[in-house]
Amino acid sequence: MTDFFLIAIIVLIFLVIFQISKASEYVSILKGEEKSRKQNNKINGFFMIAFLIAGLIGVWYCNKLYYPKTLFTQGAASVEGKSIDTMLWITIVVTGTVFFITQILLFWFSFKYQESDKRKPLYFTHSNKLELIWTGIPAIVLTVLVVFGLKYWFKFTSDAPKTAQLVEITGHQFGWEIRYPGKDGVLGRKNYKLTNPAKANPLGVDWSDAASHDDIHVATTMHVVVNKPVKLVINSQDVIHDVGLPHFRMKMDAVPGTPTTMWFTPIYTTAQMKEKTGNPDFTYEIACDQLCGRGHYTMRGVIIVETQPEFDAYMASQKPEYYKAFPDLDPDKVAVNDSTSKSVAQNIKK
Amino acid sequence: MNNDEVIHETPLVVHDLGHEAHTHHHKETFITKYVFSQDHKMISKQFLITGIIWAVIGGLFSVIFRLQLGYPDQTFPFLEDILGHWGKGGKIDPEFYYALVTMHGTILVFFVLTAGLSGTFSNFLIPLQAGARDMASPFLNMLSYWFFFLSSVIMFSSLFVQTGPASGGWTIYPPLSALGEASDGAKMGMDLWLASIAMFIISVLLGGLNYISTILNMRTKGMSMTRMPLTIWAFFFTAVLGVLSFPVLLSAVVLLLFDRHLGTSFYLSDIVINGKILPNQGGSPILFQHLFWFLGHPEVYIIALPAMGITSEVISVNSRKPIFGYMAMVGSFFAIASLSFMVWAHHMFVTGMNPFLGSFFVLLTLLIAVPSAIKVFNWLTTLWKGNIRFTPAMLFAIGFVSLFISGGLTGIWLGNSSLDIHLHDTYFVIAHFHLVMGVASMFGMFAGIYHWYPKMYGRYMNNTLAYIHFWVTIAGAYCIFWPMHYEGLAGMPRRYYDFSNWESFKMFGGLNEFISVVAMIVFSVQLLFIFNFFYSIFKGRKVTTTNPWGANTLEWTTPIRPGHGNWPGEIPEVHRWAYDYGKDGRDFIPQTEPVGADEQRH
Repeated sequence: MTDFFLIAIIVLIFLVIFQISKASEYVSILKGEEKSRKQNNKINGFFMIAFLIAGLIGVWYCNKLYYPKTLFTQGAASVEGKSIDTMLWITIVVTGTVFFITQILLFWFSFKYQESDKRKPLYFTHSNKLELIWTGIPAIVLTVLVVFGLKYWFKFTSDAPKTAQLVEITGHQFGWEIRYPGKDGVLGRKNYKLTNPAKANPLGVDWSDAASHDDIHVATTMHVVVNKPVKLVINSQDVIHDVGLPHFRMKMDAVPGTPTTMWFTPIYTTAQMKEKTGNPDFTYEIACDQLCGRGHYTMRGVIIVETQPEFDAYMASQKPEYYKAFPDLDPDKVAVNDSTSKSVAQNIKK
Repeated sequence: MNNDEVIHETPLVVHDLGHEAHTHHHKETFITKYVFSQDHKMISKQFLITGIIWAVIGGLFSVIFRLQLGYPDQTFPFLEDILGHWGKGGKIDPEFYYALVTMHGTILVFFVLTAGLSGTFSNFLIPLQAGARDMASPFLNMLSYWFFFLSSVIMFSSLFVQTGPASGGWTIYPPLSALGEASDGAKMGMDLWLASIAMFIISVLLGGLNYISTILNMRTKGMSMTRMPLTIWAFFFTAVLGVLSFPVLLSAVVLLLFDRHLGTSFYLSDIVINGKILPNQGGSPILFQHLFWFLGHPEVYIIALPAMGITSEVISVNSRKPIFGYMAMVGSFFAIASLSFMVWAHHMFVTGMNPFLGSFFVLLTLLIAVPSAIKVFNWLTTLWKGNIRFTPAMLFAIGFVSLFISGGLTGIWLGNSSLDIHLHDTYFVIAHFHLVMGVASMFGMFAGIYHWYPKMYGRYMNNTLAYIHFWVTIAGAYCIFWPMHYEGLAGMPRRYYDFSNWESFKMFGGLNEFISVVAMIVFSVQLLFIFNFFYSIFKGRKVTTTNPWGANTLEWTTPIRPGHGNWPGEIPEVHRWAYDYGKDGRDFIPQTEPVGADEQRH
């Protein structure tokens, strides 16, 4: 019933607007079209300046409401992110200035030079001087922006520092898998044809590579160390995903068949960020930023930034994936097996 | 002006006389006049009306998915009535949400803002403003429309298949679009999408070749290239862009079809999906992105250039002042058109493309801001010291400039790779391209429709409705897209069905609801425009003078309702450029008037 009333009201509003519009057309014919045209011109001219003022107030009000919700207030959580924020501010100042000047001129001119019987429009076809000015100035300003932008771009797309912690992250519909290289610092080889979740090998690790034997695999949550560069090797198993890290200002696609990399240096631990933002639920989230199917919006990962001792303790508590695939070789279990087999042998001797 | 035209000043009679004078050599039936017409004016109306129908569908889709975004925790039982199993329990299925998003993009970019904008106005204005009886090949021109129609039929039918239409985004990146296992939309719907776009490409090529050859070869006597109105220059560069870039999309489409059905591996490598290990190795999904954006970026300018051309013309006519810096305008069209072929990879900074390669694209992308700035400053100077008449077309042209500034400036952010790495695929991008290309080009289209409606139908549209249409739309467009910049700066990703489980993005619930409400209001005001459009075809105020806006260009020297062939007598000769407004104390001097002996030079 409410649906019906809603539709009825909308139709009614349409009818009223239409009737008013039709009536105003008749009135304009009665009044003389030229006269009513000039009247309309005045009204629209006034709206131009009103729209400018309302618009500027709107811009201010929108900023007041939503600026605190952007990431600027908490600042970038990585060294590289800080330079991106600097770049953002430079760009905001430049484009903001142009925005206000041109919009104000546009609506001010529209208002000021609305039709008047007294004014003769100026016959002004071109001016080389003016055109040189507004070709030259933008060109110079843009060069500055390009230079700054590329300086930062090359800085954080260059090779990661040698000291960087290596972590592999693999996307699939719809989740993230994290793999750490273990004590040897080398990730074991992978071959997607070996993928076999039933045999505890969901990532297709090639166990014949000894480097894989101490690799640790966990789902969803990545642990990294504060103030230490971390280098992500990014994979995808099925379609394109994207490792989006808004707090660190970083982003890189996960492409099946083409591993990509990205590195950054986190500067606040998760605990520090909870204090900084005043939000006890704060987490660094990994958001998939490339449409990957019906569950795209649920493809969430978590990064926990912690101190080195906390990280070491965490790593010590994890078991290498190799031993999940081959429980028989697990040293903990092997120790047990050894002792039982020894006692069996002794029993036989006896 | 010859005698014929003086007689034809009076309406209606004119129409019939003009018509008889020029149609004696081919009898017109309903079919040849309204369906398989070869008259460029009728073809242009066919493009326009098909475009309007698509715009309603595409716009409605956005309203439906805005319901989900604005009210993620509510149900709307009527959705189940209209969408069936896609809206079970009054809630849109995520798969269908992505299908709606995909179709909204595809429809608006290709069917509305390419076919509906360039198709309509290139067809309508090129022969009329350049001084030709019709296109170089009226038959190919007709085919161009009918291939578009076929493409539309295929795309429309994809909305009704069991597994739904394509749902991988309008950019249809493989492997998501290549593998039926990856999503429902990548099944039958994707094949229909690809077939439809292939037909569409044929349509664009047939149209584009026609536009180019007509402009180059069929201008009337005296219409040198530098005397052409800027609209024609814009359509010329648009057609060149289309002809050079759309074939590349066709190649991407064909290779994708091969990957889907013939077991090739152009875009596929190392894939495990649903536990199935695929044999494909050695392909690269990034290859597809290169091919796609090689069209995709020029496509943005295929959409924007006609709107810029229309805006230039409308602003000059209604400021009663010559366009400022005509040659700079032509030059900047040329610069934008050429640069647009060298910037495609700025859509791919974070796709794993070599970052060093990316740096060239940063440089070239930011270079485009220079010709764009020239255009804006020239429009502003055209308004300066003018005598502005706020016709509905003029309002929309001014609105175009405003939106183009707002959306264009954020291009400087996104084109800079070190900012793009943060803003890529967030709401910031949505705000940017909707303002600069979506809404702005719609405004260009509205300006064109209001300005040339009297020429198309011999009647005016209702002014009051037009004013309401303009003010609500521009205020609404800013209310919808301006706050989205803030969501983007918070890192909020686009193409998310629901944000409520995300600690980082859930704080914008109220704003999303506000945006959805405004979107619905703006959509209903567009319905008002459509009503005005169709109502005025039959009931609008009649045009009583051949040149209602006091414009210089040639289309206003034809009878009020020109027949096939446009001019009843000889095609008029052109003696001057199109922008002699306010010269030597005269309001306007039509292009057909010979240059006087003591006239001032410009």
